[in-house]
Amino acid sequence: MIKINNLHASIEGKEILKGLNLTVNAGEVHAIMGPNGAGKSTLANILAGREEYEVTAGSVDFDGVDLLDMDTEDRAREGLFLAFQYPVEIPGVSNINFLRTALNEIREYRKEEPISAKEFMARVKEKSAIVELDAKLASRSVNEGFSGGEKKRNEIFQMAMLEPKLAILDETDSGLDIDALRIVASGVNKLKSDKNATIVITHYQRLLDYIVPDFVHVLFDGKIVKTGGKELALELEEKGYDWIKAELV
Amino acid sequence: MNDTLTIETAGTFAQNWTETNLPFSAKILSEAKTVLENTPFPTTRTEAWKYTRVTKISKSAFQNSASTLANVAPFNVLTDAITLVFVNGHFQKDLSSNEVLDGLTISNLAACSDEQLATLGEIVPLENEVFSALNTLYANDGVFIHVQAGKILSKSIQVLFIQDGDSQQGQIRNFISVEKNAQAHVVMGYFSADATDCFSNSLTEVHLADNANLTIDKIQLENETALQIATEQVNQTRDSIFTINTVTLDGLLVRNNLNIAVNGQNCNTHLNGIYLTKGRQHVDNHTVVDHRVPNCESFELYKGVMDENSTAVFNGKVFVRKDAQKINAFQSNGNVLLSDNATINSKPELEIYADDVKCSHGSTTGQLDEEAVFYLRARGISEKTARHLMISAFVGDALEKIENEEVLNFVEGILATKFGFSLH
Repeated sequence: MIKINNLHASIEGKEILKGLNLTVNAGEVHAIMGPNGAGKSTLANILAGREEYEVTAGSVDFDGVDLLDMDTEDRAREGLFLAFQYPVEIPGVSNINFLRTALNEIREYRKEEPISAKEFMARVKEKSAIVELDAKLASRSVNEGFSGGEKKRNEIFQMAMLEPKLAILDETDSGLDIDALRIVASGVNKLKSDKNATIVITHYQRLLDYIVPDFVHVLFDGKIVKTGGKELALELEEKGYDWIKAELV
Repeated sequence: MNDTLTIETAGTFAQNWTETNLPFSAKILSEAKTVLENTPFPTTRTEAWKYTRVTKISKSAFQNSASTLANVAPFNVLTDAITLVFVNGHFQKDLSSNEVLDGLTISNLAACSDEQLATLGEIVPLENEVFSALNTLYANDGVFIHVQAGKILSKSIQVLFIQDGDSQQGQIRNFISVEKNAQAHVVMGYFSADATDCFSNSLTEVHLADNANLTIDKIQLENETALQIATEQVNQTRDSIFTINTVTLDGLLVRNNLNIAVNGQNCNTHLNGIYLTKGRQHVDNHTVVDHRVPNCESFELYKGVMDENSTAVFNGKVFVRKDAQKINAFQSNGNVLLSDNATINSKPELEIYADDVKCSHGSTTGQLDEEAVFYLRARGISEKTARHLMISAFVGDALEKIENEEVLNFVEGILATKFGFSLH
């Protein structure tokens, strides 16, 4: 589904990604772990299309499409979804209005009919239940006054509404208590299918007890240096990252 | 040698204009004449005009030709209202309603009796007020609205002021009085037909008696060459409620002078405004709420969005006089600048002489939150729509103060066609 090849990227002249390679196929869950500063969030932001980063080499093929050549909104319309680490508050823009606008712009891009008000509200009801998001929150302004847990659940709610092909969860577990974590993970698991894929970027192994990965990658100093199964996450939890650094020398 | 410096006064500017036929008292006319003969147009060295140059008006020559329109279809804000139409300040009877509504006396001022206009001009200060003096001495016409005591009008009133022609001026004078326990809703719409470089000077006197309730929705949509000075002089007596929503969406130069004297206890005053500017437009909102007696409340909310090279001014003055205890006065002005060359000058002014009051003022100026724009785009919304969603969110709270649905729909329609918003 997505093939990242030799990706080099910098911000303000400093190179963060130094030749990252990653392939994710439909139906798979990939976890990316690594020490702080390794480039995990950079990767997520570059895939989403943040303009502050400069891609200096490499390519990203997203289901046959050159992702790096597309504007942020077109990447979303092609089926890419980034669940933000720090979802921003947007006072005055209602969750409902924003989602319906997004859904309809995506549909227009795909030459589909816009969603009817009735069908949309039915979908809101159905999907907000998946992450136990109170329907009342759905009609408020985007993330305004939401607790940390509610913001993260709102990200997954949006994911449920937009049905992306590839979901990138950027440290979705950070700042969550165990109950919120379980709800978020359960939501992600319910949305998994053999037609879509998920990249889970996380610092803590704990999330991966709930969202079980098919592959675990270690992102270190701007590159994927090691790939394994879910046991690799447990090994990292136990031993930290120093042994990886030693292996590379 | 003759050393006298000739000051170019406003009198010279209007020397070819026709003096008014409206029945102002001799005293008022004489005062207006004196002001015009002795006072130059305000310059940016005058505090109240610090950020607004009026040379586009003072250095131009205007005519006032009789002009009639075929229809006012594009300017109809309300569908079923008592509508009066004025073109370049002159009443156009054939396009105006002659429906009779219980409790309402409505006509153009020129058709009123001297008795009806006995107090015309009494609450309008003229000293150092060049535009008010011009409007008085050269008043063309305007609307006269009188609502009888105890009557709650079953329909809204809609007054359309339309500029038409090249370099035309219109001195529009309006007189609204709402008697005890009466209630009315008035829409005042300022538009351009086929107009270039026209100048509208509108002055509206408003008298609210005890427990009267008046809402004015003022829509300023003259075209991008238009010059407008609009003044409202309002007097409230006890228990009355006055609401005015000023929506300024076009015009090359627009200066609003909203002056409200709260002369009775237990009054409520609501001033709301939205201004969106682009190109080289300049919009200046000057407001004054004068709390003279105790136990009143006033709420002011103005939101502005400035783009390209446009400029805006907000100057909100609130006076709380010495004996005006237990006053709650809240003022808020928010501004968003969409470009590096847009400018806002915002100055809240509170002059408080009483000691048991609750007053606040706030002014913010900023740009759109780029993080939020990125967030919306990351969900598939185009950059343009994302910015529009955020702008309409920004002006949303001020926009929602408009209670009349048709007015709200009309304004939202303009926002959609002129500014590209689609809010739903």
